[in-house]
Amino acid sequence: MAVDAEAQFHVLAVDDSLLDRKLIERLLKTSSFQVTTVDSGSKALEVLGLKEDQTSTPALSPEHNEIEVNLVITDYCMPGMTGYDLLKKIKESSSLKDIPVVIMSSENVPSRINRCLEEGAEEFFLKPVQLSDMRRLRPHILKGKHKEQQLHQEENSNTNHIIISSSNNNNMSNKRKAMDEEVLSERTRLRFSSSSLNVI
Amino acid sequence: MSLMALREQLNVLVNSMFLEGLLDQQFRQLQMLQDASSPGFVAEVITLFCEDSERMLTELTKLLDQAVVDYQKVDAYVHQLKGSSSSVGAQNVKLACIQFKQFCEENNKEGCLSALNMVKHQYYSLRSKFDTMLQLEQRIQAYGSEQQN
Repeated sequence: MAVDAEAQFHVLAVDDSLLDRKLIERLLKTSSFQVTTVDSGSKALEVLGLKEDQTSTPALSPEHNEIEVNLVITDYCMPGMTGYDLLKKIKESSSLKDIPVVIMSSENVPSRINRCLEEGAEEFFLKPVQLSDMRRLRPHILKGKHKEQQLHQEENSNTNHIIISSSNNNNMSNKRKAMDEEVLSERTRLRFSSSSLNVI
Repeated sequence: MSLMALREQLNVLVNSMFLEGLLDQQFRQLQMLQDASSPGFVAEVITLFCEDSERMLTELTKLLDQAVVDYQKVDAYVHQLKGSSSSVGAQNVKLACIQFKQFCEENNKEGCLSALNMVKHQYYSLRSKFDTMLQLEQRIQAYGSEQQN
């Protein structure tokens, strides 16, 4: 299973319950992730290098930032900043918006799930989170990485194509287009795949 | 007692807890997460759960003792307790919390008081078995490390 299987990804877990933090940390470590846990949305933003009232990180380039986070998994119900608020902040930030976010909740509330998915959450896990749920994380991280790679290729080859559409006839862009479509349709599938929902 | 006998005792205890509905499958998940790299995981989680729960039961008792009950605060604590009992696999405690939440939503003081008593009853039954479990775990761990020497 080549390179990706070896890569250790870093997950930031956010939950106000100490017990649940212990649990998610163990689940993630058992699944070979590097883990940082914090007990609030505001602490999460600090780790990500963003102050609560900023929309972009102050550093000159992403590489200069604190630790690289490949995925954020957060509880929904938290005092102060909820998981939804945190999700919004991340998606509104130019430097953080491509980090996949997963929401966890002990309650199966369709409108809540919908809201989160619409705001850009990759998935919604019902608590208590299981070991088998951890397998669903890696694909989201890898997808993000592909997109990142494509963006870099774009920048390097000095074209002014936007990533979504391409009308070139060379091999590179055809491959890229096929991958884009795959990524897009996968994204759509996953958006509406949560648990037992029937979302349009 | 031999290591095998200790393990057997622990198994019998845990199985009886499953049969009685004190524990549900979530507890099995916890056991699965314990391994060589994290040998004290279950004990750690159980201990955390007990500390957390007792703190919340104390707060809940205080809140319901007031002349005018702040149901929002009560609900917040019950929600927390329900969450941690669910995370640990403490089935009966979780079920009692769900009942409690109902009464809370109805602002029913009598109902809340009786629900609190039920939660306490379930919690303390579980607690005494957890204590035995922890003691057995400790002896097993100690035995294991002795054997290695």
